[in-house]
Amino acid sequence: MNNIFVYCEITDTGIVADISLELLSKGRKLADRLSVKLEAIVLGNNLKDVKKQLSYYGVDTIYLAEDSRLFPYLTLPHSSIVVDIIKKEKPQIVLFGATSIGRDIAPRIASALRCGLTADCTSLEIGDYSENKTGKVFKNLLYQIRPAFGGNIIATIVNPKTLPQMATVREGVMKNEKLSQPSNPQIKNININNIVDDKDFIVSIIERHIEAKKVNLNAASIIVSGGYGVGSKENFKLLFELAGLIDGEVGASRAAVDAGFVDIDRQIGQSGVTVRPKLYIACGISGAVQHRAGMEESAQIISINTDPDAPINKIADYTIIGKISEVLPKLIKFYKEKSK
Amino acid sequence: MKENKKFRIIVLAKQVPDTRNVGKDAMKEDGTVNRAVLPAIYNPEDLNALELALRIKDNNPDVEILVLTMGPPRASEIIRESLYRGADKGFLITDMRFAGSDTLATSYALAMAVKKLMPFDLVLSGRQAIDGDTAQVGPQIAEKLNIPQITYAEEITDINKNEIIVKRRLENGVEKVKSTLPALVTVHSSAPDCRPRNAKLIMKFKHAHTPSEEVQKEYSQILNNRSSLIIEQWSVDDINADTEMLGLSGSPTKVKKIENVVLQHKESKVLTNSDEDIKGLMNKLISSHIIG
Ligand SMILES: Cc1cc2nc3c(=O)[nH]c(=O)nc-3n(C[C@H](O)[C@H](O)[C@H](O)COP(=O)(O)OP(=O)(O)OC[C@H]3O[C@@H](n4cnc5c(N)ncnc54)[C@H](O)[C@@H]3O)c2cc1C
Repeated sequence: MNNIFVYCEITDTGIVADISLELLSKGRKLADRLSVKLEAIVLGNNLKDVKKQLSYYGVDTIYLAEDSRLFPYLTLPHSSIVVDIIKKEKPQIVLFGATSIGRDIAPRIASALRCGLTADCTSLEIGDYSENKTGKVFKNLLYQIRPAFGGNIIATIVNPKTLPQMATVREGVMKNEKLSQPSNPQIKNININNIVDDKDFIVSIIERHIEAKKVNLNAASIIVSGGYGVGSKENFKLLFELAGLIDGEVGASRAAVDAGFVDIDRQIGQSGVTVRPKLYIACGISGAVQHRAGMEESAQIISINTDPDAPINKIADYTIIGKISEVLPKLIKFYKEKSK
Repeated sequence: MKENKKFRIIVLAKQVPDTRNVGKDAMKEDGTVNRAVLPAIYNPEDLNALELALRIKDNNPDVEILVLTMGPPRASEIIRESLYRGADKGFLITDMRFAGSDTLATSYALAMAVKKLMPFDLVLSGRQAIDGDTAQVGPQIAEKLNIPQITYAEEITDINKNEIIVKRRLENGVEKVKSTLPALVTVHSSAPDCRPRNAKLIMKFKHAHTPSEEVQKEYSQILNNRSSLIIEQWSVDDINADTEMLGLSGSPTKVKKIENVVLQHKESKVLTNSDEDIKGLMNKLISSHIIG
């Protein structure tokens, strides 16, 4: 009762996905704050290593179902099983990734349980809420914080009267914090034959092409990111050259992606990836709210821009006023000189 | 019974403020959005959904497309826009008692309206609306109708009376799935763009109106005799909805607060692009082990 649950996604290699590990890291903190347990729901097939993997995330209980019909993910059987677990265990909070899977299953479950669900949260906190009309105070609710209205405002959402409180969270928003000491999670095996029936399998997968991520911006400790101000695909070569030298990865704004300078898998921001590198070099990026939403947490930010008043400069540690075509070659040159 | 009936597709479409072009004047001092200055548009992915419906109809005259929208009275515009592109009929759900609905209450209202249009074969909607970006309403309606959902459709590769095959666009690839009908499919922006309005259909439907919309006097006589020009308008009672499950009372989520996005000002060191400045910066980054 009242515990925190995380629905874990399984990758094609049979392990728990990064997004779910991030949610477990956050879930552990929320559970400590509320003095409750952290429990994971893991549904799939051949999940031998999952117990060991999750033991490093402070999980107290793993609800485990293994069946060849549970991988790859299908909406109906997975949601039937999760709804069943929630009805029995009555958690206070359930978290999902804001991924193709999480955004598919979470609303189906919320509808079945008639509970609240907030999509694409960028922050989760615990706090009180007092109802305007009655003045009634609800203690220790989950604050579900998310950008709204195309990223122009930030809304804090609560579900005071229904349980569980459910939210989806974007990948990269929460830190993946693996513990140094493993815990010993208890495994509860679920007999799915009592839960799912033939009707849950009327949708079937007939073809599937999953590609491994080509660029892993989340893992990069340095990101050289380019915007519309880079000017061309050709000029982006300078960014790739610098990134290659300093062991970084190349990111981009949406305007640069839309202009065809780079592929969409490099897009950073509200509708792209969220990153928190040691160093973020923003080249010709104005710093719209939607872009900042994906990179604000970078430890150090350098902005290279012709416009001294570009909003990005306000969150930068260093601003270099100048053209990309002039500044980047110099950075490259002086790096080479110094590192020789 | 069903054999001699048309294959019925219901398209769910929403009128949204164009959040993609929010200028400075759209944000009020207190950080809330001034909806009045934003143009109201057809939600982009709902147009993709309409196009997939029209493509099914292109190949099969026994298909009828009904468009359902929920919103203020002016949302009838969405229905006219759909008729101009080839939809057959439209329904506007409008009632003050829907105001303040979150996704759960909205999906309840839409599911009740869809039930009024039973028996249907397929429900199509956009993946998400650009004013909320939640992508929750489609799956929630499917659950309430107790039918399967197929999200993020890019293409309907095959469809017959009983079955549909859909290519889904996932964040890390594609998937082809098969489902029995009826089903609900949400459509991704990677699906084909919607065809433009058709001039003949504009002529035919430009006077289509809801009962509450004013029609010029001289037309009203003719119009009232032409049922194809009536956009049906439904209230809470028309869709047999329980008011407790609508609006604020039917919405478990509450907005605690809304904030403007504030820039966290840092003390930024401003450098020029002189050799000296850039060399100095690079040396500093290397010596503090941020680089290298
Ligand atoms: C719902 C929604 C979601 C969005 N999601 C994202 C998202 O995930 N990520 C994202 O990035 N955007 C997103 N956007 C778009 C965002 O609002 C901006 O349009 C976008 O970030 C602008 O990109 P930019 O800074 O590259 O381009 P611009 O705003 O055009 O800025 C170009 C900058 O380059 C500078 N410049 C020009 N020439 C040079 C030169 N030669 N050398 C140096 N500097 C130069 C200019 O001074 C300017 O500051 C979203 C928008 C909406 C509505």
